[in-house]
Amino acid sequence: MKNDDQPSLSARRAFLAKLGGAATCAGAAVGAAALGVMPSVAAKTEPAADGASFPTKDYDWTKHQWGFGVDATKCIGCLRCVEACKAENDVPRNAHQFRTWVERYVHLEGGDQVHIDSQQDPVNIEASGSETTFRFANRYKDAKVYKAFFVPKLCNHCTHPSCVQVCPTGATFRTEDGVVLVDETYCIGCRYCVQACPYGARFFNEEKHVADKCTWCYHRITKGLQPACVEVCPVGARIFGDQKDKQSPISLFIRNNRVQVLKAEMGNAPNVYYVGIDKEVN
Amino acid sequence: METVLHFAPYTGWVYPNETIIEWSVLIAVYPYLTGLVAGAFTVSSLYQVFGFERLRPVAHLALLTSLSFMIFVPTPLLLHLGHPERAFNSTITPHLTSAMAMFGFFASFYVALLILEGWFAYRPYIVEQAQKRSDLLGRVYRVMTLGSYDVSEHAMRIDRKWIFALAVIGIPAAHGLHGYVGFMYGSLKSREWWSSDLMPVIFLFSAIISGVSLLAVLYVASCKLRKLAVDLACLKGLAYTIWAFIMVALVLEGLEFANMVYKGREGIDMIMQYVTGPLLVPYFILQFAIGAITPFLWLSYMIWRGTTGKALVVGVTVCACLVLFSVFMMRWNVVIGGQEISKTGKGLLSYHLPFWGKEGALMAIVLTLAPLALLFGLTRLFPPWAEHATHAHG
Repeated sequence: MKNDDQPSLSARRAFLAKLGGAATCAGAAVGAAALGVMPSVAAKTEPAADGASFPTKDYDWTKHQWGFGVDATKCIGCLRCVEACKAENDVPRNAHQFRTWVERYVHLEGGDQVHIDSQQDPVNIEASGSETTFRFANRYKDAKVYKAFFVPKLCNHCTHPSCVQVCPTGATFRTEDGVVLVDETYCIGCRYCVQACPYGARFFNEEKHVADKCTWCYHRITKGLQPACVEVCPVGARIFGDQKDKQSPISLFIRNNRVQVLKAEMGNAPNVYYVGIDKEVN
Repeated sequence: METVLHFAPYTGWVYPNETIIEWSVLIAVYPYLTGLVAGAFTVSSLYQVFGFERLRPVAHLALLTSLSFMIFVPTPLLLHLGHPERAFNSTITPHLTSAMAMFGFFASFYVALLILEGWFAYRPYIVEQAQKRSDLLGRVYRVMTLGSYDVSEHAMRIDRKWIFALAVIGIPAAHGLHGYVGFMYGSLKSREWWSSDLMPVIFLFSAIISGVSLLAVLYVASCKLRKLAVDLACLKGLAYTIWAFIMVALVLEGLEFANMVYKGREGIDMIMQYVTGPLLVPYFILQFAIGAITPFLWLSYMIWRGTTGKALVVGVTVCACLVLFSVFMMRWNVVIGGQEISKTGKGLLSYHLPFWGKEGALMAIVLTLAPLALLFGLTRLFPPWAEHATHAHG
C-alpha cells in the first residue's frame, strides 16, 4: 500500500510546488501593480499641473503655499466675515448654505453641557430678521454665562482632502499653491464630496447645480489681495498669508502660537490653524 | 429661477451646511437595485456554475431579472445628478482615486456580460423563432441571431462552454459590483455610521438575500400567472439559499453595530440616542425584527418541520417579501440614517421624504417597479422557462 501511494504523493507534491510557484508569481505581479497604484489612491493628491507661470502670466502658483489662521480669542461674533463672503463670492442668499460660518460656544454656570449655535440657527435668524444678514441673538442675556467664545469656520483646504479623493471626475482639485477648488463647468453634481468632507465645509449650489465651497477668495489672493473675510474682520481674528514667506502673517501666526487643526485624526492635514479653541470644537 | 430648498429640522448642534440633506431616497434605491442584480445573478450562478439542479426552473428567469434591474441601476443616479448631461465626465476622465469613478466601467462591463450570456442561453430559441416567424418580430429575432443559425450539437457544446465561462466571470463581476457599492459608503471617514470595514460585505450579503427573495416571489407569481404548479424542490432550494445567507447577513450587521458601540468612539452618544430614538422603528423593528428575524425563524421552522405544499409556497413567498422589505430598509437606514447623524457628533437631523418630484417617494417606487415591467416584456421575447433555453450543463 505504502509503495502504491508514493507516485501519487510525489505527483501531488509537484503539483503543489507548481501551484505555489504560480501563486508567488501572481502575488508578485499583483503586489507590484498595487505598489504602483496605492500611493495615488491613498488620498495623496497630485498637483493638477506643473508649469512656470501658471495659471496666469502674472501669477506663478509654484511660488506660494497659502495658509489660514483663526485666532478664536479675538473673534467677537459680528458675522461681517459671513456677509462679506456671501457678497464677494455670490454665495446663495439663504440661511443654510455658507462658505464660512461662525460657531458660538457657551457654558452656563452650574451646567455641564456646552450650548453651540451658529448664525443659521432659527433663533438667530429671527433676531436678524432676515436670511441674508446675520447676527447672533442675545439669547443668554438672562443666564449666567460661565465661559463663552466664538469660532470662525471655513474650508480647511486640506493637504489630503477627502473631497478631492472621492470626486469621480476630478472637477474638484488641489492647486499647486495649496487651495482646493471646484471646476463648476466640469462638476456633475453627485455630491459625493459634500458627504466626504468631515468638516461640513461643502454644500450643493442649487442655482449652479454643482458643489460649492470656500476658495480662500482665489480670485483675490492671486492678485495680491486678502480673502474677503480676512479683509473685513474688525479684530484680526482671521489671518491669511503665504507659508513660503517666513515673514508673512500666517507664518508668524504659526511660529508665535501653539496652533492646532480640526479633527487631526482624520488624516486630512488641514491648512487652517486655530488658536484659542476648546475641547468641544471639532 | 426660484430655488426651492428643503431644510432638515434638527436637534443639538449640526454644521450649517448639513441642514440640507443631499442624498435623497434615490440614493437608497440605487444600492437596492444593484443588490437585486447581484442576488438574482447568484441564483443563476448556483445553477449554471455550481450545478444546483433544483434551481433549473428559475435559472433563466434569474438572468433576465438581473439584466432588467441592471438596465435601471443608473437611473436613480442620473436623476439625482446636478448635471446629468455631464454624467459621462466620470467615464471619459475618471478620477482614479474616486470610488465612484469606476462605476460606469463596472456597470457597462456587467451589462455586456449579462447580454452576452443571455444571448448564448437563448440562441436556440432565437434561431427557432427567426426561422418560424415571418412577421416583424421574426425580423427582430433574425437580427438577434447575428447571422448564426447553427444549432448543431457541436455548436451547442461551444455555447454551453461560453455560458459556463460567462457565469463564472459573472460571479466576481456581480458581487464585485455590489461590494464596491458598499465600499462607496464604508470608505467615507466623515461619518461614523458609514465608516466601517464590514460595510462592503454587509451590502453583499444583504444583496444576495434580496435577489434570491425577489426570484422566489417572481417564480411563484409566474407560476400563478401561467397556471402551473410551483416546483416545490426549486422553491425549497431558494428558501435554503435565503436561510443560509440571511444568517450571515444578520451576524455581520450585528457585529458591525456591536463594534461601533463597543469601540465607543467620539459621537457614539449621539448614535445611541439616534438608534434608540428616531431609528428605533426603522432599524430594530422594521429592518431586523420584522424583515430579517421573522423570516429567518419562519424559514427555520419550515425546514425543520419539512413543510411542503401550499404552506411552503405561502411561507416562502411571505418570507421573501419580508426580506425584500428588510433590505430596502437597510439601504434606507444606511443612506438616510447616515445623513441624519450630524458630522459634529452632537446633533441629529430629520429627512423629509417628499411624495412628488424628481427625488420623491413616487419616483422611488416607479424606479423600483420599472425593472419588473421591463422583465415582463423580456419574458415575452425570451421565455425564461426551462425548456426554451440552453443550460451550461446539458
